[in-house]
Amino acid sequence: MSTFRSIVFASVIAGFIVGLIVTVVQQFGTVPLILKAEVFEKAAEMHQHEAPATAQPATTGHDHADHDHADHDHAAHDHGDHGAGDHDHGAGAWEPRDGFERNAYTAAANILTAIGFALLLAGFFAVRSGATGANVSWHEGLLWGLAGFAVFTLAPGLGLPPELPGVPVAPLLSRQIWWLAAVLATAGGLALIAFRRSVPAAIAGVILLTLPHLIGAPELANIETNVPSSLTHQFVTAVTVTSLVFWTLLGGLTSAVFARFGRGANQRA
Amino acid sequence: MSQSQLANAPVTAQVTLPVAAGQVGRLSQALMAMVLGVFVIGMVGFSHIDVVHNAAHDVRHSNAFPCH
Repeated sequence: MSTFRSIVFASVIAGFIVGLIVTVVQQFGTVPLILKAEVFEKAAEMHQHEAPATAQPATTGHDHADHDHADHDHAAHDHGDHGAGDHDHGAGAWEPRDGFERNAYTAAANILTAIGFALLLAGFFAVRSGATGANVSWHEGLLWGLAGFAVFTLAPGLGLPPELPGVPVAPLLSRQIWWLAAVLATAGGLALIAFRRSVPAAIAGVILLTLPHLIGAPELANIETNVPSSLTHQFVTAVTVTSLVFWTLLGGLTSAVFARFGRGANQRA
Repeated sequence: MSQSQLANAPVTAQVTLPVAAGQVGRLSQALMAMVLGVFVIGMVGFSHIDVVHNAAHDVRHSNAFPCH
């Protein structure tokens, strides 16, 4: 089997299993908190939408009041907290219905995400085993998974903590750019420390690790939300722990499966 | 391959080329797989297309990907 094929094969198997497990874990951890927060989010939106209608002066006849209200509802989805077009809770665009359909899409997205990250991990495993001549063990894979946890969850989460729906946040694109910069800097910093065993490289590594946080993540000066802070705190814990489970499972499983299917490629090369 | 052909063939080419080609192939194939992975993650977690956002909404929040 060619290297590419064994990487993809191992990633699909590991990603499918880990994606399903994480979907179950999320049903007990993060998803109930998201649904609770959406109750507050929708209440705030209703409040926002109704405010102009009720503020109509009394001169407007009763006959027209309903009409005005309908107009507001129609235009209501473009509210100011979010960047234009960033956020959509059903103003025309399709969204899955609550319940089975929504959870099915969540499971599919989890599996795809896990396969995506497994492709990254297995890519590194292929390069490593090509260089050392030995397969990456499940234990080494687990350590790679922990590195993934640090790179993709811990580091970006320091500046951009996991956020619940209904909590106002800085414009989407600026946060995505900072997230990506934090991920790249952390990955580079860890790689310098782990693979270049010299003092200057270690110093450069630590500088890279801290740099995104010295620059700082984009944030709003003033955050007003009716989502309770206790809910946000629970969510940060739930996301971080779920992610730890995800990454250790994915690291261990991807390396184990890749070692099985990558063996042929190893011998050929 | 006959004896005379073997004697005439450059030894270095016979020994080093396949190994070098194998390693380059392995590296480029690994890179290709990783690019594919980045594409999948980018689509599920970061695409601004409304329909994709709505389908993957809970996953984006649960993975602390920037959302909304």
